[in-house]
Amino acid sequence: MRIEDFDLELDPIPGAVPAWRGEADAVQWRALCQQVRDTGGRLLALWGSDRRAAERGLAIHAALIVRRGLVWLTCQAADDGYPGVADIFAPANRMQRAAGDLLGVRATDQRDARPWLRHGAWPDDEFPLRKDFNARTRHVNVPDAYPFVRVEGDGVHEIPVGPVHAGTIEPGHFRFSILGERVLRLEERLGYKHKGIEKRFEQMTLAEGARLAGRISGDSTVAYAWAYAMAVEGATAAAPPPRALWLRALLLERERIANHLGDLGFLGNDAGFAFGLAQFSRLKEDVLRTNLELFGHRYLMDRIVPGGVARDLDETGAAQIGAECDAIERAVALLHKIYEDHAGLQDRFMATGIVTPELADRLGLSGLAGRASGQANDARVQFPPAPYAELGVKMATQRNGDVAARVQLRFDEVGESLRLCRLLLDKMPKGPISADVPDAPEGATGVGWVEGWRGEVFVALETNAGNEIRRVHAHDPSWQNWPVLEHAVIGNIVPDFPLINKSFNLSYSGHDL
Amino acid sequence: MYNTLRQILRTGILTEAPPLPDEALRAIAQRLRTAVLKRFAGALSIRHVDAGSCNGCELEINALGNSYYNLEGLGIHFVASPRHADMLLVTGPVSKNMEVALKRTYDATPEPKLVVAIGECGCTGGVFGESYASCGRVSNVIPVDVAVPGCPPTPFAIMQGILTAIAGKEETVLQPVKVEPSVQSRS
Repeated sequence: MRIEDFDLELDPIPGAVPAWRGEADAVQWRALCQQVRDTGGRLLALWGSDRRAAERGLAIHAALIVRRGLVWLTCQAADDGYPGVADIFAPANRMQRAAGDLLGVRATDQRDARPWLRHGAWPDDEFPLRKDFNARTRHVNVPDAYPFVRVEGDGVHEIPVGPVHAGTIEPGHFRFSILGERVLRLEERLGYKHKGIEKRFEQMTLAEGARLAGRISGDSTVAYAWAYAMAVEGATAAAPPPRALWLRALLLERERIANHLGDLGFLGNDAGFAFGLAQFSRLKEDVLRTNLELFGHRYLMDRIVPGGVARDLDETGAAQIGAECDAIERAVALLHKIYEDHAGLQDRFMATGIVTPELADRLGLSGLAGRASGQANDARVQFPPAPYAELGVKMATQRNGDVAARVQLRFDEVGESLRLCRLLLDKMPKGPISADVPDAPEGATGVGWVEGWRGEVFVALETNAGNEIRRVHAHDPSWQNWPVLEHAVIGNIVPDFPLINKSFNLSYSGHDL
Repeated sequence: MYNTLRQILRTGILTEAPPLPDEALRAIAQRLRTAVLKRFAGALSIRHVDAGSCNGCELEINALGNSYYNLEGLGIHFVASPRHADMLLVTGPVSKNMEVALKRTYDATPEPKLVVAIGECGCTGGVFGESYASCGRVSNVIPVDVAVPGCPPTPFAIMQGILTAIAGKEETVLQPVKVEPSVQSRS
């Protein structure tokens, strides 16, 4: 079938979100990407796969967001590669480099040809995601000399930071080129946490994969578990009962609340206001304890499974959550006023780490950070899977694009999530909480697309015979946002970097896979 | 300012009593004797190293600082350099890309030093296991004194692990937990 004005046959992908799939040749691939960009669409993810067993070579895939939903576009790579799309979608650059490292499929016009996820754990002529690569192969680690871009001039010097950071943070390397206190340039080097998640998926059945999906980025475990379950349910035509979907939304909003509360505390702390950290981390701990008591896990890991959810909520539990929502709302309102009235805090927050809406659009800034820079995208609003269509989610946006905007956005989203939680509890349908997941046909596909607290989490799934996984690509919104952080710090002073970094709060694990 | 002070007074003191050391958490290589441990004299400096976790364990390590657990109140604090540390708190299966960084951090920590591996992945490699990109458990890369299971271990479990390491009296062998991917988390 045809959708919108795209000059390509697309087949609908069954599932909870509007999605289509199409196979393009090299010319169509670029033309369609350009058309999507020109009509206000975005690149959600880009990844490769090995289809040589079916004599279809190596393929490159893109998940594009268009007006009606999601288009999963596939292009078979020629011997010398495929035409890159980084000039159309800026975030594609690192994704193309990663596909090159993992699969050996390269963009013919790749200007930045440095490796991205491969640091020296495997040789440059072997590719982990090829089917003939043995996942158990252990190579001797050869530390590489990554060529950072050098900034030269009178008084310019470099500060290397990481991979082991000074706080309780994930590992990554930041190379600052500075003049005095001002940052001239920041270059990130990520991939330290690459632990072979995508290859690991291919050794698992659909049921086993759920546990791994929930551990791609621990702080977004609910979003990933839901996206994975959505993909499996699409591929197997399973129909999770309504109550399960409502409970999933409740868990997702609780994950959003817990993370936003934690971030609001750390943002206060990074600006020297320890009171904020003490207060907000206490509120977050209350949420986590309620999670443990009612759902059996503080971060709600493994509560969402393909077919439904693992734990039901009784009347008492629902009342307890309702009361907790009220208590959090009161406390956050008070703390919001304290933050607003605190001149020193606002001085650090405002005009720090600015990403203008124009830059955000050009670089494809997504999720929470995108909404703080005028990018009005929220999958819960634009392409709502059940039950969000019935909830009428109000999207929060800001246009200033500074730390203050990202702080304000979190306050607004906590308020909206509390409202959604109450609504979910109030209107939750009764009935079973899980349904059987039928066997998957060989070669079935499914997609999962969930607006997590950080942004859009995406899972693309292809099955083998016997309910085994042929390929899973899991995408974190951090892929889009890490490169923008490099721009956000330009011209700021070095001591403001932790604050700016925290205001984005990106995932290393979800990115490094 | 008035609102800030009022909120502090209204919140009160939330800190709970710390847990007792749990001998069950002690791992094979307890290299330090009680006599050496006494040097810490109640002031323990910890350097956290994330060697490849999913960041779930980091959430719980951060939670140790909240007013309920108040780890600093026990004289235990996190430091920014391994050179200031008495103990390394290591999370994750060790990714191949972090193997060198973890070894260097270990080497930079002055003797005597303690290593506590945090979480199911730190104990066994967890759901990620050993592969071309993962070295598996922390003890595959550096010596480990105490390993704390859980996915992620609760702040209480992490506190117990830390206390076990510094109050260690006898050597106990922690049985490695074999984890199948289908097994649900033991939180």
